[in-house]
Amino acid sequence: MSQLPALIAVFAYLSLLTVGGGMAAFPEMKTLVVDNHHWMTFPQLIHLYSVGQMAPGPNMMMIAGIGQWVAGPVGALAVVLAFFLPTGLLTLWVGRLWNRLDHWPWRASIQRGLAPVSIGLLLAGAISIARGTITGVPSAAIMVAVFGLLLATRINPIPLIGAAAVVGYFAFR
Amino acid sequence: MSEAPAPEAPFETPPSVTLTDIFVGFLVIGATSFGGGVVAYLRSGLVGRRKWIADETFVELLSICQTLPGLNASNMAILVGDRLRGTAGAAVALAGICLPGALMMVAAAAAYAASRGSEVGIGAVLHGVSAAAVGLVLAVTFQLGRKSLTRMSDLVFVALTVIGVDLMHQSVLLVLVVVGALAIYWYRPGRLPEHVKP
Repeated sequence: MSQLPALIAVFAYLSLLTVGGGMAAFPEMKTLVVDNHHWMTFPQLIHLYSVGQMAPGPNMMMIAGIGQWVAGPVGALAVVLAFFLPTGLLTLWVGRLWNRLDHWPWRASIQRGLAPVSIGLLLAGAISIARGTITGVPSAAIMVAVFGLLLATRINPIPLIGAAAVVGYFAFR
Repeated sequence: MSEAPAPEAPFETPPSVTLTDIFVGFLVIGATSFGGGVVAYLRSGLVGRRKWIADETFVELLSICQTLPGLNASNMAILVGDRLRGTAGAAVALAGICLPGALMMVAAAAAYAASRGSEVGIGAVLHGVSAAAVGLVLAVTFQLGRKSLTRMSDLVFVALTVIGVDLMHQSVLLVLVVVGALAIYWYRPGRLPEHVKP
C-alpha cells in the first residue's frame, strides 16, 4: 500500500503525455515503471501492454493491470483515477471553452502543429516497445505480417493477435 | 441542474437522455469495442444507433480530443457526456467506457501474477502477442499519418520527435513541449498552409 502515492504521481504525470494516443506515454512509462520504481521488468510490462491490446475500451486500460500488479485492486483503482481525472477535467474545461476559441487564430495553429508531433510520439512509443519485443526473425515476421494484413484488409485485429499467440506458443518456447 | 440554459452554448440541443442511459450506452461500447479503434465504435453507437449527437458534432469533438492529452476514447466519452447531461453525464460516460476493460485487465494481471515463472508456454504466447501488438500500433500510426502528414515539414516534426525520444532518450514531456512549440510556431496564424476546418 505504501506504493500508492508513487503510483498516483506516476500515472497522473503519464496521462499528461498522451497527446494523440496512449502509446505516446509508453517510453516514459517504461522509464518510470521499470527503471525508476522497479515495479516490474520490461518483458512483464510488454506482456501486460500486449494483453491490453485485447481488452475492449480505451486502449490503455492495461494501466489498471499495473496498479493491480503493484498494489492489488486498490492500486488498480488509484491508477485509473490518477490517469483519467486530470486530463478528464482539462478536456471538460476546454470542451466548454472550445466554441469561444473559434476566432482565436492560434487554435488552428495548435491543432495543425500538434498533429505531426502526436504521430511522432506514437511512432516513438512503437519503437520503444519493439526494442523489447522484436528479438529475431520470428517476432519480426509476426510484426510485419500483422502490419501488412491490417493495411491491406479491413480485418479486425483480434483474430490476428490470436493467431500470433498460437505462432508464439510454438516459436518462442 | 435547474431549468437555466447551459452556460456554454452547446452545439445543438441534445435529446433528453437520462444518466442511466448514458452509463449503459457507454458501458456497452466499453465492453464490446474489441480490437482497438474505439472511436469507430463510438461513432456508430452514438451517432448511428442512438442518435445522441450529429456527425458534425462528433467530428468537431474528436478534433478537440486529438489536440488534448488523454485518450481519444475517454475524452470523447467526457465531451459527449457533458453535451448530454453536463458534468454528471461526463462522469458516468467515463466510468461506463472504462469499467469493462479495467476489470478485464485487473483479472488478467492477477492471473499473470499467479502464473509467474510456472509456465514457459505463457511467456511464449505473450511474446507472440506483443510482436503482433507492435504491428498493430505501427499500422494505426501509419493510417493516421497518411491522413494528417501533408507537407514535408510534418515529416521533419515527426522525425525530430522520434529522434528526441528514442535516440536522444529525452523525456517525452520535454520533447512534446520543445517540438510541439516549434511546430505550433511553424504553423502560426497567417502561415497555415490550408485553413483547418472550423
